[in-house]
Amino acid sequence: MPHHPRIALALLALGAVFLAVFPLWGDTFYIRFIARIMIFALFAMSLDLLVGYAGLVSLGHAAFFGLAVYVVAGLVNKAGVTSAFVLLPAALGAAAIAAAAIGWISIRTTGVYFIMITLALAQMVYYFFHDQKEWGGTDGMNIDSKPTVMLGDLKLFDFYDRVQFYYLALGCLVAAFVLLTVILRSPFGHTLVGIRANEGRMRALGYDVQRYKLIAFVIAGTLAGLAGFLEAARATFATPAHLGWHESGHVLMIVILGGMGTLFGPILGAFVMLLMEDYFATLTERWLLIMGVFVILVVMLLPDGIAGVLRRVGRLGRRGAGDG
Amino acid sequence: MSLSYFLIQTLNGVQYGFLLFLVASGLTLVFGIMGVINLAHGAFYMVGAYLAWWFAEQTGSFVLALLLSLPVTVLLGLATERFAIRYLYARDHLYQVLFTYGLILILNELQRLLFGNDVHGLPIPAPLAGSIPLTEAQSYPIYRIFLSFTCIAVAAALYLLIQRTRLGMVIRAGSTHREMVSALGFDIARLFMVVFGLGVALAAFAGMIAAPVNTVYPGMGDHILIISFVVVVIGGIGSIKGAFVGAMVVGIADTFGRVLLPTGAGVVVYAVMALVLLWRPQGLFGRTV
Repeated sequence: MPHHPRIALALLALGAVFLAVFPLWGDTFYIRFIARIMIFALFAMSLDLLVGYAGLVSLGHAAFFGLAVYVVAGLVNKAGVTSAFVLLPAALGAAAIAAAAIGWISIRTTGVYFIMITLALAQMVYYFFHDQKEWGGTDGMNIDSKPTVMLGDLKLFDFYDRVQFYYLALGCLVAAFVLLTVILRSPFGHTLVGIRANEGRMRALGYDVQRYKLIAFVIAGTLAGLAGFLEAARATFATPAHLGWHESGHVLMIVILGGMGTLFGPILGAFVMLLMEDYFATLTERWLLIMGVFVILVVMLLPDGIAGVLRRVGRLGRRGAGDG
Repeated sequence: MSLSYFLIQTLNGVQYGFLLFLVASGLTLVFGIMGVINLAHGAFYMVGAYLAWWFAEQTGSFVLALLLSLPVTVLLGLATERFAIRYLYARDHLYQVLFTYGLILILNELQRLLFGNDVHGLPIPAPLAGSIPLTEAQSYPIYRIFLSFTCIAVAAALYLLIQRTRLGMVIRAGSTHREMVSALGFDIARLFMVVFGLGVALAAFAGMIAAPVNTVYPGMGDHILIISFVVVVIGGIGSIKGAFVGAMVVGIADTFGRVLLPTGAGVVVYAVMALVLLWRPQGLFGRTV
């Protein structure tokens, strides 16, 4: 049951229209760049289900994202499979199974334990790929081909066409938004939020708390896998950095910057964060220094993120209208 | 595997375990007493190593370098607590994670900015440079033995400080009854500043004394941080005894993992951690989760 402030809804509608028509006149560089931002928005949104709604602060979310990238890379390079009809289910399936396994171990704990354990287990996946020399080790490897979508001899979709890919990423983002909204408005979503608010009470009411947490963890992991599949198709490159904890921290930062517990927050966060990174990277080679300062400022001054600012602006607006 | 080779590997594992204990004890101390999760702990380890290397280059003496870098890192820790961490006690762990994540980005970039991307070696101080012969072909470096004994000495000092001194008593009381200790007239804010400074100093000191064997390189803090998390999770968060046992388990598992399973070495310690957690989710010596 995401509760969206009216100003955010207006912004969201405006943003959706903008994104839908952008390729009509947009510069090719930005068409590609926004496709990348939308992939990260999807990735961050999947994490928000855990952090913002279920109260599970995972610091290992990149494991599912990166695993999907490596599954695509492995199938394309080692098995010569390029059909998206195989690659997509394989990537999602691998992410879901990994999420079920990691989730099963980590949901037994809460709080700071949960943070440390998701981090450590994700690093295990990281080192697994990091140690495989024939998979490129630390350097990673190029993926030989983008996925293909063929029906007989008919090409249904071209991953090499940047406008088609742009709309695919947008479609996935919108679909995930709708799916998560439906999930959160269902009894399942209400139970999840209830668990975050008071786990003991939910347990006393007879809810199988662990099962709800695990299901949320698997849904989030699978959606991260979808983002990973898109990233593999976009970048045609797989590296251990896709799985590492820096990436997990990065996506967590996107969620907080946008505002956790709101599905639109991670989208805003992804746009602001990635546009800023891109801008600072043009200024200096040491742009991560600026991002570090930025991260600290956001944590100290904007704990509710951009969504929190919008909510405050919205409240001010309403109060002003009421007075008049 | 011959006996002497096995012995050397065991010694290496124990020595690595002692070093991990030094780092992990700081992490678990800060969490156990202050309730703060510090991702930048590994970055402070790196800061210690780089300061030791830089001062040693300038002065030509490793001992002098240790004496000069230790106060710098303690000050860095105190300042971090005073100007930032202090405002995050009441906040969710999430914000502590993100703040310290930002701190890592800054420290890593500053390191690259000031000292570049090269790997630096630090010569082992002359009196400790030899090795003890075990068989005709194999020997064990004296510095590694010195390293182990230094870690034991620091661990003992830490134990005495926490368990036997008045300051330690107040710290222990403050970890469970913050308001009461404060009401009795102790300056709890200053106390926590000291604990955080101590935690940072432990990480940095480990980085300094490990520098001659492990070299000094960019990103060196990341690996040690994650491994320290594994140690703390195995031992139980907040337990110094647990950190010791966890460090030994990880040190030995990692060393033998590298020997026996070269392609899967990185995964071994995490598999051990997963097994321990399946058995005891709160870690070996953890209180309730």
